[in-house]
Amino acid sequence: MASVPFEYGLAVAAALFLLGLVGVLVRRNLLFILLCVEIMLNAAGLAFIVAGSRWGQADGQVMFIFLLSMAAAEVAVGLALILLLYSRHKDLDSDALGVGSVQDEDERQRLARRGDA
Amino acid sequence: MIMSWMWLIPALPLLGFIVLATLGRRMHSAGVAAVGTGSVGLSMIASAAAVWLFWVSAPPGGSVTVTLWQWVSAGSFSPSVSLTLDALSAVMIMVVTGIGFLIHLYSVRFMGGEEGYSRFFAYMNLFVGSMLLLVLAGNLLLLYLGWEGVGLCSYLLIGFWYADPENGRSARKAFIVTRVGDVALVVGLFLIATNLGTLDIATVASRAVSTWAPGSAIAVAAAALILGGAVGKSAQLPLHTWLPDAMAGPSPVSALIHAATMVTAGVYLIARTHVIFTLAPDVMMVTAIIGIAGVLVAGFSALAQTNIKRVLAYSTMSQLGYMFLALGVGAWSGAIFHLVTHAFFKSLLFLAAGVVILAMNHEHDIFAMGGLARKTPYTFWTFLLGALALTALPPTTAGFASKELILSRVWESGSGGRILWVLGILGVFVTSVYTFRLIFTVFGGKPREASPSNHPAQGHDEAHRGALKEGLAAGRDGRQAGVIMGVPLLILAVLCVVGGFLDLPRTLGGSPFITRFLETALPAGNHATEMPLSTDSILQIISEAVSLLGIPVGWLVSRRAVRIVTQTRAPEARPGFVRFFSGGMGFDWLYDRVIVRPFLWLWNVNKRDVADRISDGAGGLNMLFSRALRFTQNGRVRWYAAGVAAGAALVIAAAVLL
Repeated sequence: MASVPFEYGLAVAAALFLLGLVGVLVRRNLLFILLCVEIMLNAAGLAFIVAGSRWGQADGQVMFIFLLSMAAAEVAVGLALILLLYSRHKDLDSDALGVGSVQDEDERQRLARRGDA
Repeated sequence: MIMSWMWLIPALPLLGFIVLATLGRRMHSAGVAAVGTGSVGLSMIASAAAVWLFWVSAPPGGSVTVTLWQWVSAGSFSPSVSLTLDALSAVMIMVVTGIGFLIHLYSVRFMGGEEGYSRFFAYMNLFVGSMLLLVLAGNLLLLYLGWEGVGLCSYLLIGFWYADPENGRSARKAFIVTRVGDVALVVGLFLIATNLGTLDIATVASRAVSTWAPGSAIAVAAAALILGGAVGKSAQLPLHTWLPDAMAGPSPVSALIHAATMVTAGVYLIARTHVIFTLAPDVMMVTAIIGIAGVLVAGFSALAQTNIKRVLAYSTMSQLGYMFLALGVGAWSGAIFHLVTHAFFKSLLFLAAGVVILAMNHEHDIFAMGGLARKTPYTFWTFLLGALALTALPPTTAGFASKELILSRVWESGSGGRILWVLGILGVFVTSVYTFRLIFTVFGGKPREASPSNHPAQGHDEAHRGALKEGLAAGRDGRQAGVIMGVPLLILAVLCVVGGFLDLPRTLGGSPFITRFLETALPAGNHATEMPLSTDSILQIISEAVSLLGIPVGWLVSRRAVRIVTQTRAPEARPGFVRFFSGGMGFDWLYDRVIVRPFLWLWNVNKRDVADRISDGAGGLNMLFSRALRFTQNGRVRWYAAGVAAGAALVIAAAVLL
């Protein structure tokens, strides 16, 4: 079985990681940020597999299983939080949610709406 | 005779202080009173036992020294913590613990229900412990420790009712003004330590005699510096301005600290170091002049006071002036005897004044009082006995015996003595006038309309001592002082009556008990000329006549003062000389102009000096960093992620490249 060269595998992992990082930095939607974090995790997982196969060790695959289960847990928690945020603020813009003044304005509008109703 | 347990005398009140300071808040008020009063009482018993042993088996050299431990050892300078009991300290510990116990007992009731009850007794115990350390110290360094300890307690107790900023101001004033004297004293101690190589009192005395020539510059400097310390502590000219303001404290504090004991520490110090003063006759002359000036300045100031406690404060300064006068003419034991009798009658006067003030619902203004002789007869009679002792009139003997001892020694002390004696007799007259002005105003006449207490110092105790105060205000006859407050008054009044028998003048048979007792510690002094008995009698008759003359004059003054005051209660409308005297002869005004204002001006000019620029610069730099770093904390999660990524990249780059 022809094996993919070690360097190629690492290069793909690095490319995936960078893509994920750029995604985290440039996207404003929390859902996409979460997706990009997942991509970065997978990049790390790929690096483990590649390194494991390079030295003929099973440890890389063991770590990948760990990563996978951790990613599953993270997604579960992350998605739940995102859902909750969305139901509260009707918005998933990380900048708008993060900055206090905007958040306060949101809150004020929401309270105003509630007062009207 | 070994008295290794002598350390118990100062240790018991200090232990009481520690117990009250640590556990006092959680203790029941009865427990606080028991610890506070009991520790001083036990100390009094220990003192009495020590003095009794000292009396029955006089030790060789007239003193017992117990060295507890070595305090410091630096080269040849190694002061030890040692207690010395000699005749002088024996008299002092009996006064401190005896009067101290009575005043603690009085305070149990007087301060009852007061906020900070345990704090009060903790301070009082610390005071008694420090004072005992001061008088028992066998080493000038240890004496200085006690000296500062009593100063601290004085500060704490003047500002006891700290909620009123005015009381805090009085406390700071007392602390700062006495500090001026303390600095002089500590410089004097440095001088003695460097010149004589020791601070042990007995060694200092013997080395001073052998090393310093009489009248030499170094002896004069040492004596003058010690005198500076004594003047500060004993509220003598020119450092006396703190004492009238010290009356902001509770009455028992005024009685114990600012009349009977602490303010006499200066007199004790000079008596203790009398060897150095004997080597500096010029300084002794200055001491006598300061004393007689204090007698007159304070006496005239007392004439114009309207606050009952301030009258007594000026009177204390005036009586301390007599002690300084006695020290100045070398009548060491006369000064100490007057210290003892003054402790009897002045603490009695203050404690009785405390009852009056309580009865008047915290009114301090004597013109709001009047007719109290009928309302509070028990207090009136005890106060009257104290006042008679102050003015040296029969039936009391205490003030008479000590004052005559001093005045006859002043007369005998060479050529200047006659002038000092005449001024002293003028002081006797003034004393009598202000005392009877006070008595006629407060106790005589008809009860005046009691104005609602307008004294800001007492705003705090609205809810204070309800039952006691009502009982007093209603003037329930005979019981107004209560047993606990009445017994100390009675004991002190009895001491005023019989105190003179400790040392009756020879015109009345003579029983120089105190003088003989003190002879082992204090030399009888140099009688320049032993005057004949007849001269002595004539001088005493003159002094008594002058004192008696003060009674009608005091009555006239009180009538006139009442008229002036009832016409207008505004202080500004009183005649100029009255205002001059009631302001304490303008010393406060002078110090404000000469010291305080120039200092404040300098402070204002120098507010932004180099040191300030440096600290301001450090602050400014911090603000700059803070402003820069604040941008990183902007709440945008993507910026944080970028920061994490950049940090990781930096770490990796560093790991790879380096």
